[in-house]
Amino acid sequence: MSKVLLKVEGLKKYFPIRKGFLNTQVGDVKAVDNVSFEVFEGETLGIVGESGCGKSTTGRLLMRLLEPTAGNIEFGGKMLSSLSNSEMRKARRDIQMIFQDPYASLNPRHSIGKILEEPLIVHGMGNSKERKQKVIELLKIVGLNEYHVKRYPHQFSGGQRQRIGIARALMTNPRLIIADEPVSALDVSIQAQVLNLMQSLQKELKLTYIFISHDLGVVRHISNRVGVMYLGKLVELTASENLYAEPLHPYTQALLSSVPVPDPTFEREQLIISGDIPSASNPPSGCAFHTRCPFKKAQCSSVVPNMQEVKPGHYVACHLYDAIQH
Amino acid sequence: MRKKLLEVKGLQTTFFTDDGQIPAVDDIDFSVHEGEILGIVGESGSGKSVTSLSIMGLIPSPPGKITGGQVLLEGKNLAKLTDKQMQRVRGKDVAMIFQEPMTSLNPLFTIGEQLKEAILIHNPKWSKKKAFARAVEIMKLVGLPRVEELLKDYPHQLSGGMRQRVMIAMALVCDPKVLIADEPTTALDVTIQAQILQLMKDLNKRMNTAVLLITHDLGVVAETCERVIVMYAGQIVEEAPIQEIFKNPKHPYTQGLIKSVPDMRYKKDSLYSIPGSVPRPGTIKDGCRFAARCEFAMERCLQQTPPLYEETEQHRARCFLLEEQEVIQYVESAIES
Repeated sequence: MSKVLLKVEGLKKYFPIRKGFLNTQVGDVKAVDNVSFEVFEGETLGIVGESGCGKSTTGRLLMRLLEPTAGNIEFGGKMLSSLSNSEMRKARRDIQMIFQDPYASLNPRHSIGKILEEPLIVHGMGNSKERKQKVIELLKIVGLNEYHVKRYPHQFSGGQRQRIGIARALMTNPRLIIADEPVSALDVSIQAQVLNLMQSLQKELKLTYIFISHDLGVVRHISNRVGVMYLGKLVELTASENLYAEPLHPYTQALLSSVPVPDPTFEREQLIISGDIPSASNPPSGCAFHTRCPFKKAQCSSVVPNMQEVKPGHYVACHLYDAIQH
Repeated sequence: MRKKLLEVKGLQTTFFTDDGQIPAVDDIDFSVHEGEILGIVGESGSGKSVTSLSIMGLIPSPPGKITGGQVLLEGKNLAKLTDKQMQRVRGKDVAMIFQEPMTSLNPLFTIGEQLKEAILIHNPKWSKKKAFARAVEIMKLVGLPRVEELLKDYPHQLSGGMRQRVMIAMALVCDPKVLIADEPTTALDVTIQAQILQLMKDLNKRMNTAVLLITHDLGVVAETCERVIVMYAGQIVEEAPIQEIFKNPKHPYTQGLIKSVPDMRYKKDSLYSIPGSVPRPGTIKDGCRFAARCEFAMERCLQQTPPLYEETEQHRARCFLLEEQEVIQYVESAIES
């Protein structure tokens, strides 16, 4: 078993809802609610879920782009959640992020050379000549050319921009990369190129990825382990083969059976769940999924299920498996 | 063989821009039969949305214009109709649903008012009461709960999935012969997408409405369509029944596209990827439009545009390789006999 690189415990992020003339707080949106997991060195941990489940917020909390309401984030032996802002800035050298929209995450007024050099300047790495060299080196690593240095973001296609986003994340030689929907805005043929690039970079540079996506096919392809989120909570976490072969949580089962499979001969029993995702400002009591769950029991609407290890390395938060535990 | 309802013949839609004339859709032929679900797949810039807007007569003009071909609905050429005549067809004979239901509903009117408007425009003699009854009926048909209350709600009070159901209800309210759905589930989450696709399949069966489903998602096509058209850079590159296209794709682009989709049922070490990217509009040169990215490209592909070869009566593909195969097959059969 490899080393734990990142350990998250009881992570919470509540956004206050304010109302009225005095701006009094009337409630919370529990965007991330008591999430715990570990990331091992060199692996890819996928985080999947539908919109509003808190997967992106989790990614931002890990980098402390958002301040957590509660919880611990331990990275490489350092407690990130208690660092001061300036210490955190230094720590970000080792954790970098790739964003979804390659159109919005690159400054349109800066040349590619400037965009890529900036992280090095921020972290005070190398002199001007070394930095320029590093920029060219990384452009080549992600499959672009030296002459692209002088160009501006609008001169590139979506796929190329995402390559630039990846190059920027790699500038500071990070150990952990948090990729938030990095291929969702791309066409299928380009998506495959970017996924392959990310995989080969991982091997070459011994990177660890947290890969956040709503696309289960993509997550299955790239991840070693997968965590499923629903309404701010992690409901299942296991190795990606297990999750797809034998999903335990009813939500995971429904999610997997909803994904259209590109094979017209494939037959399966579809578990189409009715209803919409409840609002995170007013989540259901007990298990958040009980309003849509086809297998709900009496206790589901009152008792919040805890994450429990049902099989080795297979964690699930569901009352259906309470008996197995004891 | 079922009756042809909608027939698109040699359709060409051109955009007149500062950079010159750009044919976004170039010489397209296909037909939609009664009661079938036909899929059009393609990546961004392939011309699939322009095709649907051309059929509906919704191409923004200027800069766009239908510069050639016919759109025949039961023999009547829609491309030749005046705006006024087209308004009578739109919504009644051919209806459309769009990707983002929030932008296609008017935020200032209740769902009920918008549905009634759609009904009364095409049935001006109906009483308000009759229109209301029809609105209730159609809302129930698309599986919406608490219909009477919902009709008094404004679009922002509904969730994304419910809004898309309302859009479908609105499109079906006048019993159209053809329903065009342009990426109807792209903005929705997978569990909601599954509900909407199921609904569209049910309605297609029950009401016998022909559906033209436009999507970029091969999974959605595999689960809903009977036939499929693959578009690339404004042209049809392949057309086949659904089983056939996944089992026996003929065009290298279709083959590449199918191979590059990650399948959650099994893990592959590395995904196949098509090198390069879609040519930018306006930069299209002579020859096969896919040639620059094709691993089988020959000298000839760069000079001549391949025609659509008929592999079988229902399977067409735009690739010279098919001709070569024909030659080989011909020679082989000659040797045998």
